[in-house]
Amino acid sequence: MSIRIEARNLTKRYGETRAVDDLTFTVEPGSVTGFLGPNGAGKTTTMRMILGLDAPTSGSVTVGGRRYADLPSPMRVVGALLDARAVHPGRTAYDHLLCLAQTNNLPSRRIDEVLATVGLTEVARRRAGRFSLGMSQRLGIAAALLGDPPVLMFDEPVNGLDPEGIRWIRQLIRGFAAEGRTVLVSSHLMSEMALTADRLVVIGAGRLIADRWLDDVIGPDDVRGVRVRAADPDAVAALLTTSGGLVTPEPDGSLLVTGLDGARIGALTARHALPLSELIPQRPSLEEAFMELTRDSVQFAARDGGDR
Amino acid sequence: MIGVLRSEWTKFRSVRSTPLTAALTVVLAGGLGMLISRGLGMAYLDATPAEQALFDPTQSSLSACFALAQLAVGALGVISVSSEYGTGMIRTSLTAVPRRGVVLAAKAGVVGLVALAAGSIAVLAGFLLGQPVLRSTGAPSASIGDPHVLRALAGGALWMAAVGLLGVALGILLRATAGAFAVLVAVTLVIPLLADMLPPWFGKWWPPSAGREIFQTVPNPEDMLPPWAGLGLMYAAVAAVFAVAFVVFRTRDA
Repeated sequence: MSIRIEARNLTKRYGETRAVDDLTFTVEPGSVTGFLGPNGAGKTTTMRMILGLDAPTSGSVTVGGRRYADLPSPMRVVGALLDARAVHPGRTAYDHLLCLAQTNNLPSRRIDEVLATVGLTEVARRRAGRFSLGMSQRLGIAAALLGDPPVLMFDEPVNGLDPEGIRWIRQLIRGFAAEGRTVLVSSHLMSEMALTADRLVVIGAGRLIADRWLDDVIGPDDVRGVRVRAADPDAVAALLTTSGGLVTPEPDGSLLVTGLDGARIGALTARHALPLSELIPQRPSLEEAFMELTRDSVQFAARDGGDR
Repeated sequence: MIGVLRSEWTKFRSVRSTPLTAALTVVLAGGLGMLISRGLGMAYLDATPAEQALFDPTQSSLSACFALAQLAVGALGVISVSSEYGTGMIRTSLTAVPRRGVVLAAKAGVVGLVALAAGSIAVLAGFLLGQPVLRSTGAPSASIGDPHVLRALAGGALWMAAVGLLGVALGILLRATAGAFAVLVAVTLVIPLLADMLPPWFGKWWPPSAGREIFQTVPNPEDMLPPWAGLGLMYAAVAAVFAVAFVVFRTRDA
């Protein structure tokens, strides 16, 4: 059941452009791996190579130790949603799932089961071309689930969805990981990844920038000063400045203090009987941490014209 | 492989365009066949005795098959592939079945059988509806038991299947409906019609020109391959295009 996706020195070149450049990473079971990077960073190309749709220029990627194309019944191993609109618009949702199920000899009861899972039972006989983006997305997820695969891949699954749909997909993805499946989800939005991913594989301009657990993206010591709110801000500012801190008054009347940690500030103000109403270490948001991580590569991508 | 064949059959029957195109094949063969039979029957009456001696009632009633109905069956082959590229479905299909040779074989199998079935009905419709029309104009007519008629009908159905298969291969190579269909029309219709302007050996060896001889029941005075040899050449040519399509399909990014 526990199947890893392993990319080794995966590279895809289009002419001079390196869409994916020497990428090595592993997607582990039982967790959601967020595949994060700005648009054009090579996320979709990488996922297409995992599925054998595009051939790597060099390097390799395997699912459970085998190339995707060598899997005897791939839908029972990997479920993927790359493009929700990659459906014949004239075919009903049921028939779309039927022709996919037949290729891997999946029982037709699975069609009814996955339609129920994604909530499309009512519109199963409707032509997919008349589906909203949200419904198409659900149909794509239904197709991915047909073979009840231990590995799931979603490319930008929340793009274009309404808030309710986004919430639904997040819960679904978290649920898959909780069941022990291997889940890879791409996004260009750090905020989205912060809510769904356990682990981040960050790429920019086709290159690996970071591969770490979400908890480690912001280190415990990664503090950008301490916010202090006091009854007498001027007196506190004077005290902390003389004690070696750098104090910046904020527009809302609080003070941002660097150079002194929270414990030291608390001790100093207590000794001088200056009451504080707030004492909060300022950590960078995940968004900021992500911007920090990708800054160089974003500039590179913009100069380079990006990839597809 | 059985599963992939069943899947391709589901794909064929679950959209409107493909069954409609198959039906159009029969309608063109029958309906237009009657009109053409009428026209050729009238022309027979005004023809010289030498021309009358070469009159071929079977081929006349089947003219609509190798003029237009074959394009419908070819379009069937083209859109069975190009619609997958146009909608992006091809990526879903190739994710479900990454062995591309299997996908191509299953598609060719289903389209080939459907084209053969539609072609058989089309050829029969053209013959059975065309002969009474010829008779009504006063021109000679044929019946199924006459020499070479069964060969023309059976071979004609196989010809239609060949054009359908050519459509599949062109769809794979060109991916877009319009481009693939344009090439199909040029290869199977326009170039054979231009045969008079081309050197005689060209018409003898151009596979669709040679293959169309299968519809002939009165010997052609021009130097052509025998009917089955001509159809064999057509199949060999389709197989060659398929081989190229397979190599391209297997190596190209989807």
